[in-house]
Amino acid sequence: MFALFENPRLRGGIHAEEHKSETSPLSIVTDFPLPKKLYIPVQQHVGKPAEPVVKVGEKVLKGQLLAYSQGTISAPVHAPTSGIIADVKDFPAPHPSALPIRTVVIESDGKEQWAELVVPEDPFQLEPEEICQRVGAAGVVGLGGAVFPSAVKLSLGRKNKIHTLLINAGECEPYLTCDDRLMQERAAQIVAGIRLMLRGMDAPKALVGIEDNKPEAFAAMQAASRDFANIVVAQVPTRYPMGWDRQMLRYLTGQEIPADGRATDIGVVVHNVATAFAVYQAICLGQPLISRVVTVSGAAVAKPRNVEVPIGTLMSEVLAFCELEKSKMARLVMGGPMMGDALPIADVPVVKACNGILALSSADIDEPPVQPCIRCSSCVTACPVGLLPLEMASRIKANQLDSAVDLGLKDCISCGSCSYVCPSNIPLVHYFKFASGELVKRQQAEHKSEQTKRLIEDRNERMERARLEAEVEALRAQEARAARLAAAQQAQQAQAEETV
Amino acid sequence: MSNKPISGPHVAATRRVDQIMRLVIIALAPATACGVLLFGWPALYLLAVTVLSALAFEGLCLKTKGVAAMPYLRDGSAIVTGLLVAMTLPPWAPWWIGVVGSALAIVLGKHVYGGLGQNLFNPAMLARVALLISFPIEMTTWANVSPLFTGPGVIDSLAITFGGLDNPDAVTGATTLGWVKTEFSQNRLLPGSLIEYSGFLAFLGWERGSLGETSSLLLLAGGIWLMRQGVIKWHIPVSLLLSIFLLATIFHTWDSQHYLGPWVHLNSGAVMLVAFFIATDYVTSPNTPLGQVIFGAGCGLLIFVIRSWGGYPEGTGFAILLMNAVTPLIDHYIRPRIYGRYRNGKPLDISNS
Repeated sequence: MFALFENPRLRGGIHAEEHKSETSPLSIVTDFPLPKKLYIPVQQHVGKPAEPVVKVGEKVLKGQLLAYSQGTISAPVHAPTSGIIADVKDFPAPHPSALPIRTVVIESDGKEQWAELVVPEDPFQLEPEEICQRVGAAGVVGLGGAVFPSAVKLSLGRKNKIHTLLINAGECEPYLTCDDRLMQERAAQIVAGIRLMLRGMDAPKALVGIEDNKPEAFAAMQAASRDFANIVVAQVPTRYPMGWDRQMLRYLTGQEIPADGRATDIGVVVHNVATAFAVYQAICLGQPLISRVVTVSGAAVAKPRNVEVPIGTLMSEVLAFCELEKSKMARLVMGGPMMGDALPIADVPVVKACNGILALSSADIDEPPVQPCIRCSSCVTACPVGLLPLEMASRIKANQLDSAVDLGLKDCISCGSCSYVCPSNIPLVHYFKFASGELVKRQQAEHKSEQTKRLIEDRNERMERARLEAEVEALRAQEARAARLAAAQQAQQAQAEETV
Repeated sequence: MSNKPISGPHVAATRRVDQIMRLVIIALAPATACGVLLFGWPALYLLAVTVLSALAFEGLCLKTKGVAAMPYLRDGSAIVTGLLVAMTLPPWAPWWIGVVGSALAIVLGKHVYGGLGQNLFNPAMLARVALLISFPIEMTTWANVSPLFTGPGVIDSLAITFGGLDNPDAVTGATTLGWVKTEFSQNRLLPGSLIEYSGFLAFLGWERGSLGETSSLLLLAGGIWLMRQGVIKWHIPVSLLLSIFLLATIFHTWDSQHYLGPWVHLNSGAVMLVAFFIATDYVTSPNTPLGQVIFGAGCGLLIFVIRSWGGYPEGTGFAILLMNAVTPLIDHYIRPRIYGRYRNGKPLDISNS
């Protein structure tokens, strides 16, 4: 409050109640009982869905390819355990709509029999291209929640001149501690993953940003990277949304990514810390991404903790393992409480993007009634982007979408800081998401009407051409007839002359 | 579990509108209590009448509008408005001044615009200025300091508030600013006209003035506490006070016979109340830090101009209303820089970033 001027490197943001201490002191649970059935959606990443290569009834081994990557931006999925392919069908996705998507169902045989794993003799001697290729083949995607195929990012980094690999270990969302625990317990492996990423991108140095509410993780990472001068582990202030890569980058380097650009434009590539671990697994162990650490927390679970679960495990089973008290659960959230998605059902699979399963009680999500905006500008102060949420919301309410876009609607990152601080409980982010959806709809409608217009124009042109052709044809026919007639007349004349 | 699709965040901060209003009331309480202590029972009656009538008008307006009144009455905004109106009135003003003031503030200042959060002008200042123009005598009859239990008793005070003053000249006088202005008109200049003025007593509140405006000390304390609570930010109060201070210093140094010094300015009239509690009104001040600094400095400038060269001895009400009118303009032009963009909205150049 008495900070006269805000740090230009650290704008906006909020201090939410952390709720991390419930799970941060506990070790990652690695003996989660293998589920009987696993549901592996073919799309767990940004880009094109993978195409299944297995048939129903086929026997698969742990780590075997289930569906291959399609196109440049896509990622394959692998079998999390050994067993029989029970089905390839549509199954509810872990999405607020719970709409079904194509899913491979495996009935596990309980043997956990690995497929043959290819492990290089010295991973750090692999060619950069080889590293990218192996990361891609292992189905590694961004595990911070964006699930962008990591190999694509690595190749992109290699093509552009990258000076810094930023490892995002902010984990700024309340409740979540899976990255924290991963760093505390597996720092050496993460550092190996970072070194492989650096090699894969031909980048000179890495910068690891960890929020200062994770001192143990910071110490572990520092110890693990001590021998590598090109890996710098730094602490960043605990202030949501520090895990927004652009915010962390600005804080650590003072650089801002242009609004219409990418991190690579200023020579930076950002990867999540859990992704670094997955890269280590993919290269050094030859294991594809078939499991992940998930924070299970919220007031409705009796035993909140971090659990390493196979991808495809139903959330309901994970929740049962952590002793969910069903009657207490008011909302199920995948991810953190700030940006996570509320799920309507728990019988959906854990996917690569799932860093948290939160069973929140009604006390956690206390929702007082919405009151009028008193223009307190708390939202302006909280916005890390520098937007005017209250103004944008009032424009959207009046259906003035263009005006909201002028105010910067498209720069909104939906971090939820504005909604969080609003004393009137106005669902600001909800407004912005709605407006963005409307804009897409409008764009599509425009596109459609343009297409229709073009079709009509094409048709008119075609008709016109046909008409002209017909006219020309008629003219030619007329001329031909006239010529025939003239010829006949001439012939007649000639005959008459001859007779005379 | 509900299946209503709901966007994040799924958690929220705990400070709500009613809590903000409660904190404001707490911050105003010491200065108000001081006013009651210094000006006795009539001040307490006026305070009660004003606040209760503000609540009544709020309820009436909501009822006319056809919405449930209770949630809005409970948010405390009407109490804050009523309290602020009362604090700006002469402490021994008749009861109907309080009622008319509340009506002006709540009905004309707030609900005509659409209710909470919609008004262009600060309701309390609107009421103050309208009353000052409409009832100049009542609004400039300043009771002498007559502390509770030493001045008129409980019953006599009822007569003052509800019946009017019989012989006002005996128990009233001029405020510091008013006195200086009158003396100027008689060609008696500074510092002679301020020979009896005690800056220290005035700072404590021991001087003639509006019910809740005299104690600069308690208003300052309440304001700083409110800042520490995070309810208000420093931008408006500091820029407002600083601009008055600088202007007064410059002019006082240049001509100390015609211009009051900076401390007298800051210590008199409604400056402290306005700086921390009126100019900082969320609804009628700009949204951005820079906008707020401009707004505060503008208020300070206008206060100084009206006090020094205007017809009225005190200019805070007019200054606030004028700057309220400029607020939408400030908000239109002063916007924060968006991440990754220049101030004009163009994306940053890659080479410069």
